[in-house]
Order: sequence, then structure tokens, then C-alpha cells
Amino acid sequence: MWKWFHKLASPPHFYRISAILSPWLLVPGLILIGYGVYAGLFLAPMDYQQGDAFRIIYVHVPSAYLSMMAYMIMASAGAIGLIWRIKLSHAVAAAAAPLGAAFTFLALCTGSIWGRPMWGTWWEWGDPRLTSELILLFLYFGYMALRSAIDDTPKADKASAVLALVGIVNVVIVHFSVEWWSSLHQGQTVFKKGTMSADMRIPLFAMLIGFTLLFGSLLLRRIRTEVLYRERRTKWVKEMILSPEGGA
Amino acid sequence: MSQVDTTEAQREIPGILTGLAATAKRDLLLAWKRPGDVLNPLFFFAMVCTLFPLAVGPSAEQLELSGPGVLWVAALLSTLLSLNSLFLSDYEDGSLDQLLVSPQPLPVLVLGKTLAHWMTSGLPLVFVSPILAITYSMPMSVVGVMMLTLALGTISLSLLGSIGAALTVGLHRGTALLSLLILPLAMPVMLLGANAVALAANNDVYTTGIWALAAYAIGSLSLAPYATAAALRISNE
Repeated sequence: MWKWFHKLASPPHFYRISAILSPWLLVPGLILIGYGVYAGLFLAPMDYQQGDAFRIIYVHVPSAYLSMMAYMIMASAGAIGLIWRIKLSHAVAAAAAPLGAAFTFLALCTGSIWGRPMWGTWWEWGDPRLTSELILLFLYFGYMALRSAIDDTPKADKASAVLALVGIVNVVIVHFSVEWWSSLHQGQTVFKKGTMSADMRIPLFAMLIGFTLLFGSLLLRRIRTEVLYRERRTKWVKEMILSPEGGA
Repeated sequence: MSQVDTTEAQREIPGILTGLAATAKRDLLLAWKRPGDVLNPLFFFAMVCTLFPLAVGPSAEQLELSGPGVLWVAALLSTLLSLNSLFLSDYEDGSLDQLLVSPQPLPVLVLGKTLAHWMTSGLPLVFVSPILAITYSMPMSVVGVMMLTLALGTISLSLLGSIGAALTVGLHRGTALLSLLILPLAMPVMLLGANAVALAANNDVYTTGIWALAAYAIGSLSLAPYATAAALRISNE
């Protein structure tokens, strides 16, 4: 098990494995998303309170969940890189950040579009989740800005890992402080409804799993380019490019 | 080899608290010799507080409502302004390298520097803020609460900021980057502080905010110096 793990951490080996793994995540992911979109838009019944507007959850909930998931991946990969000095792990963190920011942005946009018919405004400062999500987006921006400001890659890796770890403690505090703050303003009653019916829930699960698989596949692709860039002066990259297959 | 060992043993290494006090004292002395570094953020704080009534209009009710928030945002921005120089001059003249190679634990030395920073940036803000609060027609009982929240909150801001300052020391585009890194992290402090003051102004229960700020200050006192020390070592490799 450990031997396998150590082998995976070597860039050339990872590069080969990920090439095989990536389509196995992408194709099922796209199939599940296709089903989820169709079932969510046409098969699921209308919500008795929100009408058709609720259907945006099929995009909104998976993006919001992935926005936090990506941060967890980014911070834990950074920590692993700091502690065990695994170079590949820093490449994972670097690759996860823009994806996480993209999903955070998607979650914010869809949340805002959903808020328009539900609350009558595009943006509601009183809602703790909107505010925490916005702060999360800024954390991603800070992380990426720090990375790009430091020219030396190993240094950028370590500095941004420290920032991501400090940020993870803070995400929790942001969440609770905003919750406390908004409880002084108003409660959200729109979301307090009973359990969802099965024909609403199953497409949501399909979308959640589909988005996760898609995210995994995109992450692998980004890590591959990151690894290739970081290892551009090594022998294995040169050999692979000059080989008859041309490094496909 | 044995000779080296005896000389090492003979040279007494001062205790941790001595190191802490010496670093703090040095930075306080430096600030005393260059009063501009302390005064400029204070003037900035006063200026920002002056700009708001000019921008939103002089109506007393409106200012009473926005007072706590404005004062807290101004305090946050002025702390940010002074953070950039926390490690900069040490980095430029090489004393930062001395701190890194010293036998004292780096987190303790960093804590000394950060405490000195708080005494020269946060603490003056606490004492200047009542004057500005009065112009926002804040009642005297609320002013006390505001000073308490500012005192507790600026400790956390200095400590959090020291992490950002350590990460960006020696970078060319440091100042803007520092704000980008620190503002999301500092947001809860400002939110808790400003809302505790707003609640006090409403004759509401505000102690939750005070306790939360105190907890935040204690948490950052115990954790932030380690992160700052790690960041300093990374930036100075």
C-alpha cells in the first residue's frame, strides 16, 4: 500500500496513471450530469412554494459543495507538501485553486440568480452563506495572488500552503461569526422546508456525483499540465516528448 | 570538540521572556525614534472617519447608525497601512536574518515584535477613537464598549497581519498583496467588533461579541506566532 503510494507521488508515474484515470472520471461524470440536467429540468415536479425557480439547485448545490471541497483539497495538499516535502502534492494544491475559485464563482452567481425570484434581490447581505462564500472567493484570490507574486516555485508552494492552512481555520470562524451576525438581522425561512421528495432528490444526487467526477477529471488534467511545466527540465519529460508516441 | 561544548555552555543564553522583552523594547524604541510611522496611520484613521460624514451627509441619526461600522472599518484599514513595515526595515538592514539564526525560539521573538506593533498601532487607535466617536454622536457608555472592542480586536489584527506581512516580506508588489491576503482573514474581527458596538448603542446584549473577540484574540495569540515564524523562514530561504 505504502509502496504504491510512494510510487504515485513520483511525477512520471503519476503522469502515466492520470492519463488512464482521467477519462474514467470524465465520461461517467458527463453522463451523470446529462441525466441530472434532464431529470432536474423535465422530470422533477415543481416545488409548491418556489415553482420552477428551485431547479437551479441542481447546479447551485454541487458548485457550493465543490467550492469548499476544493479548498479542503488545496489546504490538505499544501499541508502534506509542507510536512512530507512531496513535490507532487504542491502541484495538486496549485492546480486546485483556480478550479475552486471557478466553482465558488459559479455558486455565487447561481445563488444570486436564485435569490432574485425568492428574496426579490440579487444579493442579500443578511444571508450568512452568501457572505461566507464571498469571503471564500476572496481567500482563493489571495492564495492565487500570493502564488503568482513569488517567482521561485518551491518558495511559492510553501508560502501559499501556510496561507491556505491559516485560511482553513478562518473559514470556520467566518462561518460562525457571519451566522451569529445574521441571526441578529433576520432568519431565513425560505429554506426551512420538509424533506425533498425522491424525484427531486435523485437528480440532485446524480448532479452531486457527476460534478465531483467532473471536478476530479478536470483536477487531474490541471495537475498533469502543472507537473509537465514544473518538470520541464527533467529527463523523463524530454524522453517522453521525443518518444515516437510524442507524449500523448 | 569538547572545548566548543564548554564555551557553548558557558555562554549563557537569556531566557525566553528576556528575548521577548528585548525584541519588543527594540521595536518600541525604533518607533519612538521615528514617530511618523506611528502618527501617519492615526492621521489616516482620523481622515477616513472624516470622509464618511462628508460623503453620506451630516444627518445625526444616520451617523449614529453608521458610526460603529465606520470607526471599525477605518481602524482595520489603518492597521493594514502600518503592517507593511512590520518586517520590512528588518529585512532591508539584515536584522531579520539575525532573528532567524538566534538561539531564541522564533515564534517568541515574532510575538515580541507583534506586541510592539500593537502597542504602536492598535493601542493609540483605542485612545484616539473616543474623539471621533463623539463627532458621530455616540453616547459615552457606548464609547467604553467601543474602546474595549478595539483593544481586543486590534490584538487579533496585528497578529493575523503579522502572518501576511511575513508571507509578503521582500516581495515587490507587497502592499496591495498584503491587503488582499489579510482582509478576508480580518473580516470576522471587524464584524464582531462593529456589531458589538452597534448592539451596545441599541441597549442590547453585546457581551457575546466581546467574549468572541476575546476568544479570537487568545486564539491568535497562541497560534499566529507559529504561522508567522514558519512564513518568515519560508520567505527568507
